[in-house]
Amino acid sequence: MSETLPPAAGTTAYRVDELEVVPVGDPAGIDSFQVTDGGDVYRNTSPLREAFAIFAENKLAVASVVVLVLLVAFSFLGPLVYHSAQASSIIRQNQPPSGSFPLGTTPNGRDVLGRLMIGGQSTLEVGFAVAVFATVFGLVYGLVAGYFGGIVDSVLMRIVDALLSIPYLFFVVLLASLVIPNLLLIIGVITAVSWLSTARLVRGEALSLRTLDYVHASEGFGARRWWVQFRHIAPNLLGVVIVNGTLKVADAVLIFAAIGYLGMSVPPPATSWGVMLSSGITNLFDGYWWQLWPPGALIVITVLCVAVLGDGLRDVVERRLQKR
Amino acid sequence: MTGYILRRLVQSVVVTVLVSIIVFILLHTLPGGLVRAQLGPRASRLAVHDLAVQEGLTKPLPAQYLIWAWHALQGNLGFSYKENQSVASLLGEYLPRTMLLVGAAILLAVAVAVPMGLWQGMRRNRWDDHVMTGTMMALYSMPSFFLGIILIVLLNLDLHAFPSTAVNYGGSPGTDVADLVLPVLTLCLGNVTYFSRYMRSATIDNLLENYVRTAYAKGASSQRVLIKHVFRNSITSTVTMLGLTLPYVISGSLVIEALFDFPGVGLLFWNAAQARDYPILLGVILVVTLATILGNFLADLAYAVIDPRVRYT
Repeated sequence: MSETLPPAAGTTAYRVDELEVVPVGDPAGIDSFQVTDGGDVYRNTSPLREAFAIFAENKLAVASVVVLVLLVAFSFLGPLVYHSAQASSIIRQNQPPSGSFPLGTTPNGRDVLGRLMIGGQSTLEVGFAVAVFATVFGLVYGLVAGYFGGIVDSVLMRIVDALLSIPYLFFVVLLASLVIPNLLLIIGVITAVSWLSTARLVRGEALSLRTLDYVHASEGFGARRWWVQFRHIAPNLLGVVIVNGTLKVADAVLIFAAIGYLGMSVPPPATSWGVMLSSGITNLFDGYWWQLWPPGALIVITVLCVAVLGDGLRDVVERRLQKR
Repeated sequence: MTGYILRRLVQSVVVTVLVSIIVFILLHTLPGGLVRAQLGPRASRLAVHDLAVQEGLTKPLPAQYLIWAWHALQGNLGFSYKENQSVASLLGEYLPRTMLLVGAAILLAVAVAVPMGLWQGMRRNRWDDHVMTGTMMALYSMPSFFLGIILIVLLNLDLHAFPSTAVNYGGSPGTDVADLVLPVLTLCLGNVTYFSRYMRSATIDNLLENYVRTAYAKGASSQRVLIKHVFRNSITSTVTMLGLTLPYVISGSLVIEALFDFPGVGLLFWNAAQARDYPILLGVILVVTLATILGNFLADLAYAVIDPRVRYT
């Protein structure tokens, strides 16, 4: 065997038989190995690849990603393929599932399957948008509180404590009653209660990271406080914050469903799974099961998948923390 | 212990004052202001001015806040013109029912979650642990009103066991208990997962502790180790969770009271939201939040009682 490896830019070419492949005992249990020529060591795992490998071990988490992608495709690409009757009509009210209406029709004569796609769009948009906004705002707020420290920190965090002790759904309903609901305002209202726990989490994590050696080292080199906070501490928070942000999607979908039930959601003809579910409840005693179970099932599946995905990401983050 | 309680008390008071300021600010960001909110958009300018003077709204804001806070401290939370009743008397009527609903649901949830979490921790990653975790995840993933509907379908429509509305709750003690069953069960099942999850992970952590190994080495039976050592150490974190989940449980009661027509503050609040009855909305928010802060404080007290380590720091 005397093949030569193609030399990458700036590296030496080795013959394969000069190299030794050494399996490495890895706490993550991945088949990782090192390539060594006796002196230098070349590892095959980049941090990102390693993270993927840990994530891929969790089959349930991988499956939930697939399901979530399918749900997004169903909601956003579905209407391009499946053209359904979405005008209200009194001649096809409350029809049971049939060939022309695979999941029946609503009390307004709209096709339920097509309506699920439209409702999915708003539900998923709210879920993801709230998670992103709440995470970004909570991250910045927590870091800023930690950056200033002292009295500013105390005041900022006591405000968070105070807002967190207001039962969030009461706060959401009050805010929603102040505005005429549209999707953007609803995203804002749910974000207003969702960023709080992120801010508290970031604040706590940032405090514990402050005691680590590399932060001391950076401070020893004369780094300014904002540099330490945003260059060293912020990136190391990302893992925990991303896990938290994922679970925020689940919470936001549930809150959106709840305000749909409480009649404070997007007005018709727009809809959401929560609104569809609550109108299904109104007709529960008439036996129109096709209006009730499909939106309910989709909400449960979405929240479940997001929660399982969050657990999978937590595994990745915690394993990497252990290795540090 | 006194130092710990005192610190927590001061914290609670600070948070309470902040909440009152937040509610006060909300009161003043209302579209058209407090007076318009009470009199409606068609009131004459004179009437608006009279009420503004009468309510002290022409004074500077900090003075208004102090007056409002002083009134609130005396139990005067304003007057609902739509219900033609003072907010305080409405709360006096509705709040005890919600406290009963929330209290019963939490007690039931803890009674289910603690043994279950302990069991799951012992049987970690076995099939029964997975089944229970999966069930809890499914319950968590359900909007509470969907869970309530499933219970209505199972227990009311199919079995005719319990009434699906509690609209007459408070009428007679006999029917009251039956009326409570479905709302309490729904609220409990929706929140049991928070407690069981913590109990499970606390049990797993504690089982790995050295004192557990020592206890086994000294020849203690596994029953004794579990009850004297693992349970005692795991319950503390669950008690802390009790305080922290209170806002979630009370939030849940809003939807559940709306679903079952249960006449508690949640239903009062929801009806007020639809009628834009701001004195009620803000009064309920203030009182419900104070109840949460108080509950948090009590959970911390219980924590100090259960965990001797807190007492000596």
